[in-house]
Amino acid sequence: MLNPKVKLVPNVLDSQKVEHKPIRDGYGDGLLLAGEANPNVVALCADLSESTRTQPFQKKFPERYVELGVAEQNLATVASGMAAMGKIPYISSYAMFSPGRNWEQIRTTIAYNGQHVVIAGAHAGISVGPDGATHQAVEDLAIMRVMPTLTVMAPCDAIEAKKATLAALSLSGPVYIRFAREKTAVVTTEATPFQVGRAEMFREGSDVAIIACGPLVYNALVAAEELSTEGIEVTIINSHTVKPLDVEMVVQAAKACGAVVTVEEHQINGGLGSAVCETLAEQHPVPVERIGVRDRFGESGDPNELVEHFGMGAQSIKEAVRRALGRKSPR
Amino acid sequence: MPEESLHDDKAKFLEEKANEIRQDLISMLVEAKSGHSAGPLGMADIFTAMYFHVLNHDPKNPDWPERDRLVLSNGHICPIHYVTLAHAGYFPKEELTTLRKFGARLQGHPHRGSLPGIETTSGPLGSGTSQAAGMALAARMDKKTVRIYCLTSDAEHQAGNTWEGVMFAGKNKLHNLTSIIDRNNIQINGMTEDVMPLEPLKAKYEAFNWHVLEVDGHNFRQIVDAVNEAKAIYEKPTCIIAHTIPGKGVSFMEFDYKWHGIPPKPEEAERALVELRTLGGRIKSEHE
Repeated sequence: MLNPKVKLVPNVLDSQKVEHKPIRDGYGDGLLLAGEANPNVVALCADLSESTRTQPFQKKFPERYVELGVAEQNLATVASGMAAMGKIPYISSYAMFSPGRNWEQIRTTIAYNGQHVVIAGAHAGISVGPDGATHQAVEDLAIMRVMPTLTVMAPCDAIEAKKATLAALSLSGPVYIRFAREKTAVVTTEATPFQVGRAEMFREGSDVAIIACGPLVYNALVAAEELSTEGIEVTIINSHTVKPLDVEMVVQAAKACGAVVTVEEHQINGGLGSAVCETLAEQHPVPVERIGVRDRFGESGDPNELVEHFGMGAQSIKEAVRRALGRKSPR
Repeated sequence: MPEESLHDDKAKFLEEKANEIRQDLISMLVEAKSGHSAGPLGMADIFTAMYFHVLNHDPKNPDWPERDRLVLSNGHICPIHYVTLAHAGYFPKEELTTLRKFGARLQGHPHRGSLPGIETTSGPLGSGTSQAAGMALAARMDKKTVRIYCLTSDAEHQAGNTWEGVMFAGKNKLHNLTSIIDRNNIQINGMTEDVMPLEPLKAKYEAFNWHVLEVDGHNFRQIVDAVNEAKAIYEKPTCIIAHTIPGKGVSFMEFDYKWHGIPPKPEEAERALVELRTLGGRIKSEHE
């Protein structure tokens, strides 16, 4: 059953009632709050201020908005210089370009330099849709997670994205947050607990634990409800912070359920699925099935159609749960 | 802040200081058994001018918020930065022998936070101009009067990130930013104009809305006058193209790109030190 303590949206599984909102909207809301909270916050954008939702900040604090043009390497390095002077830069672009194109600049001039810069990667995931594979970042979690000192987050909806964006202000080192483009079901509420590095149990069941992040958390909730009618009860962990992973929660869920399914809109290599496998292999090995893009590039199409095609829809999640269940050791 | 042109006494002091710094550089590279020789020697005079005349700084208080910032973009010439910082009093000269050694603060390429006086981590080329521009913009936002100096190599102007920074600084009219290019014409694979031509470099910067000056990078008066002129330009950032001789001061290293990325062997270092001691602070411009 759904965990009442996390105060999810009532009737969250009623497809007629649930609200849909782009996760990137949460970045815009959170950035504005961060700007109001701290006068050192500056926003930098590389010619995508409307689509990354940097515009509300730009309108409210024009003197603290910096336009870079189509230059993502400059986006990262100018931000590093501003941070060295005491500013807290939030830099936004599409994830494919930042951190896709400017990875080395982020590594050398932001992370290794010890600068507090918040990197906002919009249009992450296959659900970018019609723009096609060039714009569908499904490797960003891997390339950011491997970098020392980074905090990496993949919020599940616009409300959580707002909280993550604001919470990044209080961290000390570099932060990467990814946002999906499409309207996504709003699952959480203002009252849902949020703490960087702490996963939340959205649903409790004893058969299989689903550990998910990003917009597919909703698909996992839908899958869980349908599985419940077959008598399969799953736990759902919303692991919005991919790094540092909430190791305690992941191990606890593996112990309680004995099998795990990871769910993310990302390559199955290097992202949340890998993080969970690495942790469990060391601390509590159990069967794991990974939902994600299976080592291939995306393509153009309708977002939902693509999520289904690449094996990340509710149906695919249900199948993965059944496979995981079948691999469990008899108790 | 010193604005005037150099007195004879100060010019002589700087020449002697640069010679001492070159000698310590050679000793340090021999000890480290790896590192770059030509670029650091060629930039000895500019580093000396910066830390012993131009910069408004306090070596005993390296985090002083109102200090001028010196960003070294081409991190591989850090040995000359390290020696100059030690001579200026940022850390003990004895520590120079630890260059590139395990546990040392003097990393093979400079790391901000490891050593006082290092404003940014560098090594991968082409990122310093943008960082310096970011610092200059932030300083202007806060109405600080600090000046930002960025030292770049010529060859890193083959990197796109450099030009992104140049374009950004020109757009924002960052007059508190002065960039000094080490125009020594060499890079690892040969001469810059053979590997990937940079000329006309001055015209390129002017096209990006910078004020551009050219100096002899071994002539302290020219260096100081150019920096002073940059302070007087309020409409644009200034770029000083400093024509330098790679390996300057050691005859068998001068103009030879093979010395870009290697240190002298002990016997070569001894010859180099004899040459430098004989010069006795008399390194002069080729044109004087």
